[in-house]
Amino acid sequence: MTGPVPASAIGPATDVAAGTRFNVCAFTGRRLDEVALRLVRWNAVTSIVALLIGAIAAVLIVLTRWQAVHLLPAIWFYRILGVHGMSMLIFFIIFFEMAVLHFASTALLNARNVAPKISWIAYGLMLLGALMVEYLMWAGKADVLFTSYVPLRAHPLYYLGIILFAVGALIVTGVFFANLRMAKRERTYEGSMPLVVYGAMTAAIIAVITLVHGAMIYIPTFLWSLGLMEVDPQVYRMIWWALGHSSQQINVAAMVAIWYMLGALTVGAVVLNEKISRSAFVLYILFISMASAHHLLVDPGMGSAWKVVNTSYFMYMAVLASLLHGFTVPAGMELGMRLRGYTNGMFDWLRRAPWGDPGFSSLVLSVVVFGFIGGITGVTIGTEQINIIVHNTLRSPGHFHATVVSGTAMAFMGATYYLIPLVFRKKVALWGLAKLQPYIFAGGMVIFTISMTFAGTFGVPRRHWDISFSQAPFDVAFNPAVDIFLALVALGGITAATGAFIFIAIAVKSVFFGEPIGQVTPNTHMRGVPQGLTHPPKHSADVAERWEKMHGPESGFMGPAPGTLVLVFVFLAAFILYFFVNWKVLSFVWRIG
Amino acid sequence: MHIDIHTGLDSPKGNWWKPAHRAEKTWVVIAFAWCMVLFAMMPLWHWKGGQNPSGIRRRVEPGEFYKRTLEFSAQYKVGEDRGMPIVAPPPGSDVYLTAMAFQWTPILKLQKGKEYILHLSSLDVNHGFSLYPININFQVVPGYDYGLRVTPNASGDFRIICNEFCGIGHHTMVGRVIVEDPPAAPAAPVATTGGIQ
Repeated sequence: MTGPVPASAIGPATDVAAGTRFNVCAFTGRRLDEVALRLVRWNAVTSIVALLIGAIAAVLIVLTRWQAVHLLPAIWFYRILGVHGMSMLIFFIIFFEMAVLHFASTALLNARNVAPKISWIAYGLMLLGALMVEYLMWAGKADVLFTSYVPLRAHPLYYLGIILFAVGALIVTGVFFANLRMAKRERTYEGSMPLVVYGAMTAAIIAVITLVHGAMIYIPTFLWSLGLMEVDPQVYRMIWWALGHSSQQINVAAMVAIWYMLGALTVGAVVLNEKISRSAFVLYILFISMASAHHLLVDPGMGSAWKVVNTSYFMYMAVLASLLHGFTVPAGMELGMRLRGYTNGMFDWLRRAPWGDPGFSSLVLSVVVFGFIGGITGVTIGTEQINIIVHNTLRSPGHFHATVVSGTAMAFMGATYYLIPLVFRKKVALWGLAKLQPYIFAGGMVIFTISMTFAGTFGVPRRHWDISFSQAPFDVAFNPAVDIFLALVALGGITAATGAFIFIAIAVKSVFFGEPIGQVTPNTHMRGVPQGLTHPPKHSADVAERWEKMHGPESGFMGPAPGTLVLVFVFLAAFILYFFVNWKVLSFVWRIG
Repeated sequence: MHIDIHTGLDSPKGNWWKPAHRAEKTWVVIAFAWCMVLFAMMPLWHWKGGQNPSGIRRRVEPGEFYKRTLEFSAQYKVGEDRGMPIVAPPPGSDVYLTAMAFQWTPILKLQKGKEYILHLSSLDVNHGFSLYPININFQVVPGYDYGLRVTPNASGDFRIICNEFCGIGHHTMVGRVIVEDPPAAPAAPVATTGGIQ
């Protein structure tokens, strides 16, 4: 038996009357499992609620760090900072990733969810854990910030809540693998799994590695909080960051998978070479957990050899992976556009791309900000010695807001503009605002991250309530430029938070009060439906001929994607410059050895 | 050659382990080379550079470290500021700085251009050593002694900001380091009129 299997051929669904469990997508013709889609919806909605809490917290935080406003009292500043970290980095992102896993392992493979009950139990555990953690933080029983470095102590139930959440997430990754296995066995797709699913699988594998580290540290810490055992502060930092940083690599893998997906949906991006893209994902799996070291470069517990090997992901093999995706994603988009006839010059494909499609603009902004700001700063400040002039200054959050917010969150938002019509079967509400939203969000984040990075170069500490040091025994007078940068941090932060609020309003309005899509006429504009769905990016009829010509010797050295090649060299030049400027700055400080 | 033009949402048909185009291969090689440069810089700086977080590292019992700090403070105390001892150790010596919620003790008085072994540790929770305005940052972990060979390269009145959250008073935790120019060389002819002050 080959080819997609009709719904009736698949075993009886357990909780939906047979025959109604499966639907056909109005846009893509793919077979959709209603059970899986309901899981996608609940996880996505929960994720957006967490985003709302995190975004409100963000506004309060930037308005406190802007010394001229200094909104919150000290205790609430630190408390809300903890809420912001957990709500955004854990609950918003991981619930969304659970939605991605449910979606990728079913809809993208014409497959079904094999364990609906277990999936719901997992969701329930995650929700319970999240509610416990949120309650204890707001109640002031866990003023330990996101990292909860031992021996700072929170209420035992705080650690238990995180453990429940992690167990739930681990179960979902198990369901994901089971779905993949069943799809393979039932032959719901031909050949190898699509690259996007491969990327999601990468994220799931890294999630397992990460969550095992999470168990290794939170279970002992839970016992420690009950007085049952000792936890060494340095060991805590090492294992905690094997959770904390590796979980960011789940985000990277999920984000790159979404880049490939949005590229395909918006401009018909092709996969240049499966071998290279997939090998890059494998490099993530092999090396990315070593990133725990990024947080321990100026710690007393480890020697330099350990630091150098680990911080570089064993000679930067995971960075190499990102550099490869950084080429193949835009090159695939360029080639997709060229195959559809946009062949003029170097950048005509870019000029004539669908900039009004929020899925497309989110994708491009995510790639650019993640790469140029997040990536370059990240590799630079994660260098063993350069970290001396960076550790725990504002340069650190400056970096990771560029990766995880303008990169991952932006990509997730872009995906949502497609998931609303595809999964929720609703039109995207407030369509005019939706077209602007990616620009508002990314614009705010660019100002925010760059200003934060500059403030950090003056040594301004992160996680600090009052850098005017009004209650300190000795005066500290920062350069007046710092005040300007912190005001810009607030301005950028509020702009980005506005972008997030617009996104939340759009998502909530579309999902709960949105207009159902109804009849779809191909190639007809429909307000509230991204152009990639109404006008699917089809390659021109002579696509094979074009492909041959673009890959032949007459295309010259620059090959089929010359525009992208130029762009990546601009990127490389910026990278080299920033990297060596930092070494130069480092050379001015005291001799240390 | 069989062409399989597809997006990331489609299953590639047949064997997808195919050679990449020259331009893509070139980028792979350049990216790899750049990764090697990124890597090589770290061992290179250990060899030739002046700023490395290597240090002398060992476990220490927090109470023991604090006792050592107090002995060191008493031995080289030259004054007081706000009730805190100002300590001027001789160049080349071991210098002890204890972090605790929410203070750094003692105040250090060092000489420009002279090397010291600066031992950092904490009595309670994690703290962050951030030397202002030089912007040198180290993690201070309870139970661990981080001995860094430091050589101040400018004189001045510096601050130590705590940049690791250590509790509700975190933002009040500021210490002080004074760096002075070394005493004038005794070989100078005018030195004959005065003795050692």
